[in-house]
Amino acid sequence: MVETSQLKVGDALPAFTTPPISRLTLALYCGASGDHNPMHVDIDYAKAGGSPDVFAHGMLSMGYLGRLLTHWVPQRQLREYGVRFVAITQVGESITCSGSVTELFEVNGERRARLSLQTTNQHGQVKLTGDAVVALY
Amino acid sequence: MIDKQYIGHRLPAFSAEVEKGRLKFFAKAIGQTDPVYTDEAAARAAGHPGLPVPPTFLFCLEMESPNPGALRELLDLPLPKILHGEQRFHYHAMVYAGDMLSFEQRIADIYDKKGGLLEFIVRETRVTNQHGTHVADLHGITVVRHG
Repeated sequence: MVETSQLKVGDALPAFTTPPISRLTLALYCGASGDHNPMHVDIDYAKAGGSPDVFAHGMLSMGYLGRLLTHWVPQRQLREYGVRFVAITQVGESITCSGSVTELFEVNGERRARLSLQTTNQHGQVKLTGDAVVALY
Repeated sequence: MIDKQYIGHRLPAFSAEVEKGRLKFFAKAIGQTDPVYTDEAAARAAGHPGLPVPPTFLFCLEMESPNPGALRELLDLPLPKILHGEQRFHYHAMVYAGDMLSFEQRIADIYDKKGGLLEFIVRETRVTNQHGTHVADLHGITVVRHG
């Protein structure tokens, strides 16, 4: 967990990289999340729809980025969290989750930090961009 | 084109229970190794009454609707052309294993870009727990790609 008293704009959250996303990763996420869209697990279905292969759930990567946040501050301090799914995350890609502080402000007497977030693949291609607001105390 | 008369339309409300086993399975699926999310003793030591629902799992519970395809059917959206464009959560209170949540979904907006090649459906979901506490708001954008 981060020591928030010395926090300043530009500070980075500790980034991490996932193992390559496998078909097992997608099968587990399908079952655990309840998102049974066959585009993510059934290659026959994906091909019939014109896609060369299955691809990762966007929400899997949002879950990874959520780990970045809850590793940094206790979850009860999380006020807001949003992402845009910029590009499709493919099977075999390793996803790096990173973020930094973009603003320090106060709402109703509560100190807060706004964070900029992103996921990239092993070639640095951006897949998700996002932001979050956390309380600092 | 999606009929814009559905802007403001409310989908049938539903409830979903937060199951402990699902939370552990979800932690495994996203590679979460922090024991607070899988071990009740660790959760209690961190000040939680039980296993916490992680930040994005409310979206999964939203799919526990008796008909998760209700919006798609209502608007006649073609599954292979649908993408998740954006997702946002506003958190008002923590949610834990054993909680019973109510979901009220509303179509907040429908719009298009690129002369109708891309259509966007904005869904807003208010989530309350079994005590009537407003715990979160979800804001999701579905994209339909034509052509």
